[in-house]
Amino acid sequence: MSEHHDTPSNPYLEKRRDSEETEKLTKRVQKIEQLLIDKGVVTKEALDRIVEIYENDIGPLNGSRVVAKAWIDKGYKKRLLTDATSAIAELGYSGLQGEHMVVVENTSSVHNIVVCTLCSCYPWPVLGLPPKWYKEAPYRSRVVIEPREVLKEFGTDISPNTEVRVWDSSAEMRYMVLPQQPNYAKKMSEEELAKLVTRDSMIGVQTL
Amino acid sequence: MNGIHDLGGLQCFGKIDNKSEDVKFVEDWERRLFASTLCSFGALGPIDAFRHAIEKMDPVHYLSSSYYEHWLEAVESRINELNFAQSDVGVPLTVKDIETIVVTGAHYARESRPENEPFEIGLEVRALPYSPEGHTRLPNYVKGKKGIITEMRGTFVFPDTLAHGLGECEQPLYSVRFSSTELWANSNSTNDAVHIDLWHSYLEVSNV
Repeated sequence: MSEHHDTPSNPYLEKRRDSEETEKLTKRVQKIEQLLIDKGVVTKEALDRIVEIYENDIGPLNGSRVVAKAWIDKGYKKRLLTDATSAIAELGYSGLQGEHMVVVENTSSVHNIVVCTLCSCYPWPVLGLPPKWYKEAPYRSRVVIEPREVLKEFGTDISPNTEVRVWDSSAEMRYMVLPQQPNYAKKMSEEELAKLVTRDSMIGVQTL
Repeated sequence: MNGIHDLGGLQCFGKIDNKSEDVKFVEDWERRLFASTLCSFGALGPIDAFRHAIEKMDPVHYLSSSYYEHWLEAVESRINELNFAQSDVGVPLTVKDIETIVVTGAHYARESRPENEPFEIGLEVRALPYSPEGHTRLPNYVKGKKGIITEMRGTFVFPDTLAHGLGECEQPLYSVRFSSTELWANSNSTNDAVHIDLWHSYLEVSNV
């Protein structure tokens, strides 16, 4: 283990923004918004609707329903692993940043984990918008070179006999992990199962 | 371009900050900018032009600013590049249009037969040491490394040309498996691997 693990976390982003800076950023955004409205790109109401959709309607609950269904329905699981975009659309989830979905299954021999090293690509229709750490330099840089150390920071220890497979979302394919169903949850209903599934388990940084 | 956004494999960023409170938008301007950016993809060019605008940011500013500050820089830079303030007024996207776009998305796969004869699954390839001045989705950490084609993803539009208004130039896209030992010679996890989506012209057949 190298020394950098003991250094304070990402000093660059520790910087606190003061109210003056926030005001400047706010004004720059207002200018963009006004320009888009003036140029007939979008209406104010449509902008408000986007915020509402991504803040309230779309989130990891969608993905957890996909996982729960795959656990109890073998036919669905097979469809999900062969044509994820269509199988996910069966439950009503589709669209922006999930146009080309791939679901990768965790087994006793392979543990999958998802990243985008070049920006922060993430499967919005099933997981919503990404968590802050997923978009920041430490995760994006380290997970391809030392995935097991990264997993340990999330409290996840993967057996040395299990392959850790990292998926770097460099194109327009978007990845979601199908976690292993815990043994204690073998007899639960689909609804109960969906409640067990966490966002982090579908990114692959956590096991259930 | 070889830029600071290409973070895969860097070891200097410290621990992952996965303990702080997880909110989608820290400040209100981020919420508004998120909506404006999504609506601007038609008017301000494809998503790859937007990604390239982020890649061109000053590296110190890139590392010391938040995710949505990157978006703000990119949208402003696209507005300037296109002289958008002087453009004609169009027909704005409405709430209904937005609701449709969110669930249909923008599709990047093409049915057309690519000019390149696709590589076969199982073939050993090498990622080229390709360093264009413009946009590319070939990260540094795989350049010159040998991998195996594990999946054919289909025929996809090519970001390197699309970002610069040079056409879709669709090509076969593959999932390529690079072993951790090939990528990082000192890796002690011999069975771990990174799978990454790469376009045909990023690759050559490996003869060694």
